[in-house]
Amino acid sequence: MAKIVFDSVTKSFPTKDRKNRRGREEFTALDGIDLEIEAGEFVVVVGPSGCGKSTLLDLLGGLTRPTSGRILLDGRPVTGPGLDRGIVFQQYALLPWRTALGNIEFGLEATGVPRRERTDRAREFLDLVGLTGFGDRHPHELSGGMRQRVAIARSLAYDPDVLLMDEPFAALDAQTRESLQDELRRIWQRTGKTVVFITHGIEEAVYLGQRVAVMTSRPGRVKEVVPVSLGTRGAGATGEDLRSSPEFARYRHEIWTLLHDEVARAQQLEKEEASV
Amino acid sequence: MSTGTDTTVAALAGLAPPVDEAPAVRKTAPAPAPAKPTPVPAAPRAVSVGRLGRLLRAAGLRSAAILALLALWETAPRLGLVDATFLPPVSEVAEAWWELLADGQLGEHTGASLIRSFGGFGIAVVVAVPLGLLIGWYRPVAALLGPLLEVFRNTAALALLPVFVLLLGIGETSKVSIVVYACVWPILLNTISAVGNADPTLVKLARSMDLSTPRLFQKVILPASVPAIFTGIRLAGAVSILVLVAAEMIGAKAGLGYLINASQYNFAIPQMYAGIVTISAIGVAFNQLLVTIERRLSLWRVPA
Repeated sequence: MAKIVFDSVTKSFPTKDRKNRRGREEFTALDGIDLEIEAGEFVVVVGPSGCGKSTLLDLLGGLTRPTSGRILLDGRPVTGPGLDRGIVFQQYALLPWRTALGNIEFGLEATGVPRRERTDRAREFLDLVGLTGFGDRHPHELSGGMRQRVAIARSLAYDPDVLLMDEPFAALDAQTRESLQDELRRIWQRTGKTVVFITHGIEEAVYLGQRVAVMTSRPGRVKEVVPVSLGTRGAGATGEDLRSSPEFARYRHEIWTLLHDEVARAQQLEKEEASV
Repeated sequence: MSTGTDTTVAALAGLAPPVDEAPAVRKTAPAPAPAKPTPVPAAPRAVSVGRLGRLLRAAGLRSAAILALLALWETAPRLGLVDATFLPPVSEVAEAWWELLADGQLGEHTGASLIRSFGGFGIAVVVAVPLGLLIGWYRPVAALLGPLLEVFRNTAALALLPVFVLLLGIGETSKVSIVVYACVWPILLNTISAVGNADPTLVKLARSMDLSTPRLFQKVILPASVPAIFTGIRLAGAVSILVLVAAEMIGAKAGLGYLINASQYNFAIPQMYAGIVTISAIGVAFNQLLVTIERRLSLWRVPA
């Protein structure tokens, strides 16, 4: 049995759009998603903007319920949020009044970890994300990349089985993003977590994922799942070596082709909406 | 309401001097020249000559406006620019103030005023903060009550003073009540909007971690709201003194407002100014205290 199973999951919202009030239409964000993710797997979901990627993650995080279909986690349906899943947000979601260490402890406070142990655990995860010595800084004293490292450490600290990441590196500059991608792969290999990573970046998807699920534009469906196996990675290549390899380029082109029509369609939809 | 209008106008007219006085003093820090240089000798080596000069200059700058005001106040009546009967020189006022202090009158009136205004202010904080958190959390309730609260907030508390007197008599109850009433609105409205403005991502984070609602409040909403709540509390602090003085001018046997009013009736003009100066000093000190607490509680804030 797979770790995570999406079984024809559909999610629709009643439209709040005033222009459509007469119609009282429903907005279908996700339409019949089928996807299986194995334990310990790193799966990237990539799609054009507005395709319901974040809705997919909200459903898995238990923050919303599917309109139809079901989501199984370890064979049991997801009924609500829980500490077996940790979410990393694009906007970091750090508590600005707490230090880096305090933010990591925040995750542990929800579990039953005793106070003394919390600080030790938090420090351990601060070290893991490479922020040793920055524990007493407040978020506004940290760079964007450092903040996201703290957020990742917070999600890892309470030891969830699954890490859900919602475009976590989208707000970072290119260099920082690349170094955090390497860091994330290293952490994933060390901890053996199941990772579901959402992005709109094709390179990021190819670089990080063992499998890349490409979504269609609205309503979101899984168009195709591309298994990525980079032989040069086995040889220890990272960073630019890996990105410039011919097989990397081939995967990138494959996913780009899959996405291309969808992006064009999404833009068309947006235009139509704006002109209504 | 028509019977009350006269009293209200009188109260507002009587209130005019302290209102005019307060901002002039409030622009600068309360403890000016003497307080500043004291920390300097504590670390004589660390402080270079340049820094000492800068500190002195800063202290001078901060107290300059107040000193100028005092100088003007002293000289203008003496030179006959204003009628010394209605505006006695500041030295005479200081003398009167000292006498009032020595014979215990000032202490008595100040005590009466402080108990009323702090009492009312304290009750308002205790009531309005939890109530605001509750209303702010339930969005529909906030939307429902919003317009009503705006009406109450924008109805000058002093305009309601006659109503309070009618309902509660002229004793302590009506005075403390009007202070409570006037203080509740700024705190309540600021608290409600603080809860509404709490970062939705943080709320989502807490939800994703399956935090219970009380925990969510304790760990996320409340700390995120502290700065905005404190802005309301600081407004209420100023309002508490303002409203109280006016209330004391109408029907009271003690209190600084009474002192000012009674002195005016008895033509004890220096005593009247002594009362006014005391009120403005209390106002500045109270505000400074609240600012200090606010800074303590919101150290984490991003420096603007």
